[in-house]
Amino acid sequence: MAAPPHHSLLILLTGLLVVAFLSTLAAAIYEDQVGLADWHQKYIGKVKQAVYHSQKSGRRRVVVLTEENVISSLDLRSGDIFWRHVIDKNDPLDQLSLSLGKYVLSLSSGGTILRAWNLPDGQMIWETNLQTSTSSNPQLHVLSNNKVAKDNLVLISAGRWMYAVSSIDGSISWEKEFSLDGLEIKQVLQSPESDIVYAIGIAGSSKLALYHLSAKTGEILKDIQESLPGGLCGETVLGSDNLLVALNKARSSLFLIDFKGDRISYNKVHISDLVQDLSGTFKLQTVSNGVIALQTFSTISLLKLKGTDGLEVVQRFDQPAAVSDALTISEKDDAFAIMQHVGSQIEFIVKFTNDVSSEIIRENVNIDQHRGNVEKVFLNSYIRTDKSHGFRALVVMEDHSLLLIQQGEVVWSREDGLASIVDVTTSELPVEKDGVSVADVEHNLFEWLKGHMLKLKGTLMLANADEVAAIQALRLKSSEKNKMTRDHNGFRKLLIVLTKAGKVMALHTGDGRIIWSNLLPSFRGSRFGGMPSALRIYQWQVPHHSIMRENPSVLVVGKSGAESSAPGVFSILDSYSGEELNSMRLDHSLVQIIPLTLKDLSEQRLHLIVDSNSNAHLYPKSPDSLNAFLHEMSNLYFYSVDIQTNVIRGYSLHKSCDVKGDEYCFSTKELWSIIFPSDSERIAITETRKMNEVVHTQAKIIGDHDVMYKYLSKNLVFVATVSPKAAGNIGSALPEEASLVAYLIDAVTGRILHRVTHHGAQGPVHAVLSENWVVYHYFNLRAHRFEMAVIEIYDQSRADNKDVMKLIVGKHNLSAPITSFARPEVAVKSQSYFFTHSVKAMSVTQTAKGITSKQLLIGTIGDQVLALDKRYLDPRRSANPTQQEKEEGIIPLTDSLPINPQSFVTHSHQVEALRGIVSIPAKLESTTLVFTYGVDLFYTQLAPSRTYDSLTDEFSYALLLITIVVLVAAIIFTWIWSEKKELRDKWR
Amino acid sequence: MAASSPRHRHLLLLLLVAVASACLGAAAAHQAGSGEGYTIAGRVKIDGVSAKSFGLPAKTSNTKVILNGGQRVTFARPDGYFAFHNVPAGTHLIEVSSIGYFFSPVRVDISARNPGYIQAALTETRRVLNELVLEPLKEEHYYEVREPFSVMSLLKSPMGLMVGFMVLMVFVMPKMMENIDPEEMKQAQEQMRNNPVSFSGLLSRAQG
Repeated sequence: MAAPPHHSLLILLTGLLVVAFLSTLAAAIYEDQVGLADWHQKYIGKVKQAVYHSQKSGRRRVVVLTEENVISSLDLRSGDIFWRHVIDKNDPLDQLSLSLGKYVLSLSSGGTILRAWNLPDGQMIWETNLQTSTSSNPQLHVLSNNKVAKDNLVLISAGRWMYAVSSIDGSISWEKEFSLDGLEIKQVLQSPESDIVYAIGIAGSSKLALYHLSAKTGEILKDIQESLPGGLCGETVLGSDNLLVALNKARSSLFLIDFKGDRISYNKVHISDLVQDLSGTFKLQTVSNGVIALQTFSTISLLKLKGTDGLEVVQRFDQPAAVSDALTISEKDDAFAIMQHVGSQIEFIVKFTNDVSSEIIRENVNIDQHRGNVEKVFLNSYIRTDKSHGFRALVVMEDHSLLLIQQGEVVWSREDGLASIVDVTTSELPVEKDGVSVADVEHNLFEWLKGHMLKLKGTLMLANADEVAAIQALRLKSSEKNKMTRDHNGFRKLLIVLTKAGKVMALHTGDGRIIWSNLLPSFRGSRFGGMPSALRIYQWQVPHHSIMRENPSVLVVGKSGAESSAPGVFSILDSYSGEELNSMRLDHSLVQIIPLTLKDLSEQRLHLIVDSNSNAHLYPKSPDSLNAFLHEMSNLYFYSVDIQTNVIRGYSLHKSCDVKGDEYCFSTKELWSIIFPSDSERIAITETRKMNEVVHTQAKIIGDHDVMYKYLSKNLVFVATVSPKAAGNIGSALPEEASLVAYLIDAVTGRILHRVTHHGAQGPVHAVLSENWVVYHYFNLRAHRFEMAVIEIYDQSRADNKDVMKLIVGKHNLSAPITSFARPEVAVKSQSYFFTHSVKAMSVTQTAKGITSKQLLIGTIGDQVLALDKRYLDPRRSANPTQQEKEEGIIPLTDSLPINPQSFVTHSHQVEALRGIVSIPAKLESTTLVFTYGVDLFYTQLAPSRTYDSLTDEFSYALLLITIVVLVAAIIFTWIWSEKKELRDKWR
Repeated sequence: MAASSPRHRHLLLLLLVAVASACLGAAAAHQAGSGEGYTIAGRVKIDGVSAKSFGLPAKTSNTKVILNGGQRVTFARPDGYFAFHNVPAGTHLIEVSSIGYFFSPVRVDISARNPGYIQAALTETRRVLNELVLEPLKEEHYYEVREPFSVMSLLKSPMGLMVGFMVLMVFVMPKMMENIDPEEMKQAQEQMRNNPVSFSGLLSRAQG
């Protein structure tokens, strides 16, 4: 009896199984899944100051200050970060010092904020606010002498202010404002034998002022002023304890000023007497007692002071080099280091200052050629086992990386250029070569089964501690995700990032390792001024089909200087190897880069570069691309946003160009312009759709089986303007005087499709535009909360295409071409909601076919990334949705957007100083790859509607196998049983 | 977190009027640069040593206090205190960022008319604060909690259900059959023989 129903039952149950599995896949991750599909990397940025712990403390640590406004303590053995604080960019760090051997003092915001951090763990101990005029070059001087006061004083000078702060609790001991107008304190130094502090400042262009102050009270003991003939440019260095070296206004000679006596005595030395072929700018650097370094573009000269009498050149380095500050070795000995490039190596030279001509150490170190020149050296010494002094040095390279050099070797290196990513693009990996041996497969199968048995044990809680560890290691290691070949799901890719230093690096999405890096020669500048800057990175060639065998390539676009008329620079790199295939200096400037969707026959993408004369230049310059372009030229329009003049202009292209004979140059014609009234509106943000965005369907079927047609136009531009008073920070404007206007503009015709005013709202505005909707974030001054608003735009002209009969008979307008010139009938829906946090960046998930529902990726003020379902930002939400609407999945309206901690894609990580979020579609429709960058990097895979098209790694194959076995066994068992029973019945 | 000594319970909402029209002499010296100052001082208080919260030490060392959406950022001291100096009169917003905790932003009104008066309220709950002590509204757990293994969860899984149902059919059904009165059984079998229940029949019936 039992046998027959089993068939139907099995089918039923199998169906059940499939359904159940689809619904049990979790959106959030479990703690033990951290690191499976995501990685997080911490960086600090380019080091500009480094202070070593004293040897006595026994800790091998160094505290650094970086250009990314990070203060951090690093392990000297490995380069790992012990602690780190990323200070806001509004609060730039100026100086760093150690005090009492247990505090790190940092001076920031132009000498107005002094903070003390606990050296071992980085906890902030105190913070003192100083009332000074912010100075570009504040000084921080820790008084070394314990005789002065019990609480070690720290002297801060900024502009004409000077403060003495106790380093124990941050209380201000004394303060002094010098009466001399325009005074800027340049140097503060302490007399070693008495309690006198010398402060040397420059007032105006020529006046030198010297103050002798009492260290205890700040009382002025002596005040000497002297005017120097020819004026001063403001650059000064200390030559020795009693000698100041100042550059004159013409930057042609040096003043050697003795300030220890009763009056200032000085002597003038022409630089041309010292260094012959001096061209361009140069820089002075104090090395140590009696030795200064003069740095020009290509050379460094070490100059020795002979009192005020003059200077002599001790040594000259003609290769790019860097000199460290002096390091006190013993009572009388100071050492300093010079790093010099010699061929492909760098030379590490250490000298004592009292005998500059001889060298203590000369080591040659091999260094990766893609790091560029040495920019800074920080020398440190250690005691060897034989009680002699050994030397090591931290070296900052041109690509912002940090190396530790010791005994002729690079002990460790940090790729801190990655803290300043400018732009990101992606590249596919090479296709896997066929020919996988059978043995490999068998081995893999065995391993695979073993892994799954282990996992099953874990699920059933049968695994012991070792096995649990093995399971975790197995999952994290998963060699599969780190392969250098393309995978079926498109999870493995190269993230190609461009950094501020002009270095391009390719990171593997599997584990974030660097596959290749290249410091682009065309973006390397001189040491002073004229620095080329890399701006954007684009995909240049993405081969398909016929030219599949060629490697893809990327294009790096930059400027050769800071000014707007500086010519542009192109560099094309191979995406697989990082080799520079081609680089060129454009003969025109670069204002706007427009990547086109067109490709030429070799699959190179066409790019239009608009110069400052409003001419457009086509790249690549090949007849083939020109053909493709000319064919489409009449359909090409572009727009430009001028924030200064508050104008948006639309342009079309024309064949002729002012430059004769250049057929790749096109003139532009202004078609329309929207001038916003400057007294009431300021452009805050413009946003457009991502060029590579894929939309699955135009129609949207709503609850009552009605159809709405999305207004899908690639030319839709969102513009938000704020009233001038509301352009500042929160707290600076009253609700009555603040307003925000949101526009939807068609970029071809300049027609304003929609305009909405939010009264009492102000920036900062962040927006994201996708498909037919725009979401923007702003501050509501009336409610004093942040708000997010959504605008959806629908095409009404297609609204009557609902009748199936009409579709069949052909009386529909679906096939009518869409043109921007026709007046569109659009319907707009909008809604706004409260949102708790400030936002740093906003983006939206992109998937391969655009079927998967979208999530907004919101970088919050806490440097986390929140994935918020677009369903929460649906203008059709209402407080009491009807049954139909509920079925459609409309969420009942709430006044604020929910923040579920489990929807933070960064989970417990923070992407410090978050700047950008990039979503890259994988081949698998359900999944998108999310890369977030700031000072840190974070990468993860995200499935906005859960992974409906694949089984997750979590899927227990072993359990499935066991179930099948049990089922089969049961079938056999029941069959035998029923047979027996039947037999028994027959015998009866 | 850091120790909380009893004195912290005193009034924490301090208003230091650094500049007033009265003090021109010595105080005016304070007014260098951007010195037009009120000071917002307060305290971040993270209670309850949550050792269970995913191994993150509940320290204030990484607690940032943010004024006006990033205009100024400061750090909480070990005892939780923080201060913003030279804040102009007006309505300001303070946010606290501390991983693992959810803080409501706080609206802070500094009155220009009666100096010395600061009002603070949580924007999320509209609760007015008598003193500027910022406490997290809730802890944030970023991970889904893995259900501890239980026989029930295994049985509840689709495969467990399959196996369970199977076992039920195999062992319990025959027993139930046996318990049925033999005559009734016979009757039922008769009925079955007369109009056999086939799968296709079932299907057609379902469709009909």
